[in-house]
Amino acid sequence: MLRLDGIDAGYGNVQVLRGLSLEASPGEVLCVMGRNGAGKTTMLRAIMGQVKLTAGNITLDGARVDGLPPHRAPRQGIGYVPQGRRLFGPMTVAENLEIGLMTRGKGAATRERVLELFPRLRERLGQVSATLSGGEQQMLAIARALCLEPQVLLLDEPTEGLQPSMIALIRQTVTALKATGVATVLVEQRVEAVLSMADRVAFVENGAVAELVAAAGLAADAPQFRRYVGV
Amino acid sequence: MAAVLALTAVGLSLVFGVMRVVNVAHGEFFMLGAVAAWFVTSWMPGPPWLGFVATLLLAPLAVAAVAALADRLVLKRLNYDPEATIVATIGLLYILQQAALSLYGPDARPVPAPFELRLQLPWFGYSGYKLFVVAAAGLVLLAVWLIMTRSRIGLVMRATQIDRPTAQAFGIDVDRVYAGVFAMGAGLAAIAAVLIVPIQQAHYLMGGDPLLLSFIVVIIGGLGSLRGTLVAALLIGLSDGVISVFYAPTLAKILATLFVALVLVFRPQGLFGAKA
Ligand SMILES: Nc1ncnc2c1ncn2[C@@H]1O[C@H](COP(=O)(O)OP(=O)(O)O)[C@@H](O)[C@H]1O
Ligand SMILES: [Mg+2]
Repeated sequence: MLRLDGIDAGYGNVQVLRGLSLEASPGEVLCVMGRNGAGKTTMLRAIMGQVKLTAGNITLDGARVDGLPPHRAPRQGIGYVPQGRRLFGPMTVAENLEIGLMTRGKGAATRERVLELFPRLRERLGQVSATLSGGEQQMLAIARALCLEPQVLLLDEPTEGLQPSMIALIRQTVTALKATGVATVLVEQRVEAVLSMADRVAFVENGAVAELVAAAGLAADAPQFRRYVGV
Repeated sequence: MAAVLALTAVGLSLVFGVMRVVNVAHGEFFMLGAVAAWFVTSWMPGPPWLGFVATLLLAPLAVAAVAALADRLVLKRLNYDPEATIVATIGLLYILQQAALSLYGPDARPVPAPFELRLQLPWFGYSGYKLFVVAAAGLVLLAVWLIMTRSRIGLVMRATQIDRPTAQAFGIDVDRVYAGVFAMGAGLAAIAAVLIVPIQQAHYLMGGDPLLLSFIVVIIGGLGSLRGTLVAALLIGLSDGVISVFYAPTLAKILATLFVALVLVFRPQGLFGAKA
């Protein structure tokens, strides 16, 4: 289980996260919603050790993961699909996957399983990743993170700027992960995507969780969406 | 000599490409390599070729170790800030130069070539050792290219170069990569120096020329571009040699500088560099 306990974090003098607490259990899909600038990306970067905490702590199965150098979180099994994908653009699809496999993956077996989820990538292994379509790039960003055999998967707005058909693909992936006991934290702004995937939804405002509800209790026109996301 | 210049320049280019550090002390690693070559060959008993082989192994390793130490003690503490590291490597340049002056002295000293062989070609005689240098430098460059494009270490270096935080998000220890790249860059300069030192004597001020020429090569080839660096080294090295022989060394430097100015004005990213 991934646990954030009252974390404060920010950039220089600017505090972004203010006492944020959250948990994600194995096999759960936790969606995080909130306006631009609410601190969603900063929260994920804090989990990855890329932003230092000034208060609180983060644990994975009881072991502290905050305060470690940034290359340690992935080695503990936290996979990250950053906002805007951040592929290694000049590298081929195969090389991007190779980097995912280096730390924790079980080599060919992992790679095979991941490529089964994304057959499109298998056809394009030798292609330079910057030349893929937007949707394919997102697939690769997710596939690269899955190559790490993560226990926890963090996804930052994976459908941003892509066609709605992308939602179905991400749902399919997330559902497959659920069955294997991966805890998924999905930052997502599209209501229909959240309602079709989430177990619980955390609404973030001003760097803290303002409301945490079961997805089953949310209708498409629930007041929280207007209040915290503005849709 | 184009081949040796290419080795030195590739070292500089690698460090800039991956770490975004302009290493002003690069020429001093070249000098250290030459000085280390003198120490090793003068201590080694036995035939010159044995001393040469030992030098080719030991000198680059020693210089790489000095570089790794400098990375840990200085560059890392500056967080690899592009401006601060320029100032820091200028400081490093003087420290290494003064250290060489006090340990090695102000004299230029020759290092014997591992073998004497003159090839008598139809039009001109050519030193066999010079041909060996070209071949050896070519082999090392090939090895660097294979490491960068085919090996896991190269993949890790390229990932770090492209996107440092994302590389970290995949478990890559960027500090170790940086130390390794800085050591490798210095080691390449040292190999170049070991190869050149039987032709050119070892002296504590010998780092200036290779630094300047490396910068010229790297600017023309495009910063961080391996292929561009190689082509530019060949271009500058050959033309420098030819013009120096037939006209004057000063003219060669003036032309090279002019060429750099033209490249900077019309193609600031270098002939092979990607657009920024
Ligand atoms: N690298 C940075 N340096 C300084 N401020 C930043 C940086 N990244 C984000 N911020 C600021 O932190 C706040 C939260 O940003 P972010 O976590 O990206 O929000 P979200 O992902 O919810 O849109 C914003 O006000 C943003 O301007
Ligand atoms: Mg964001």
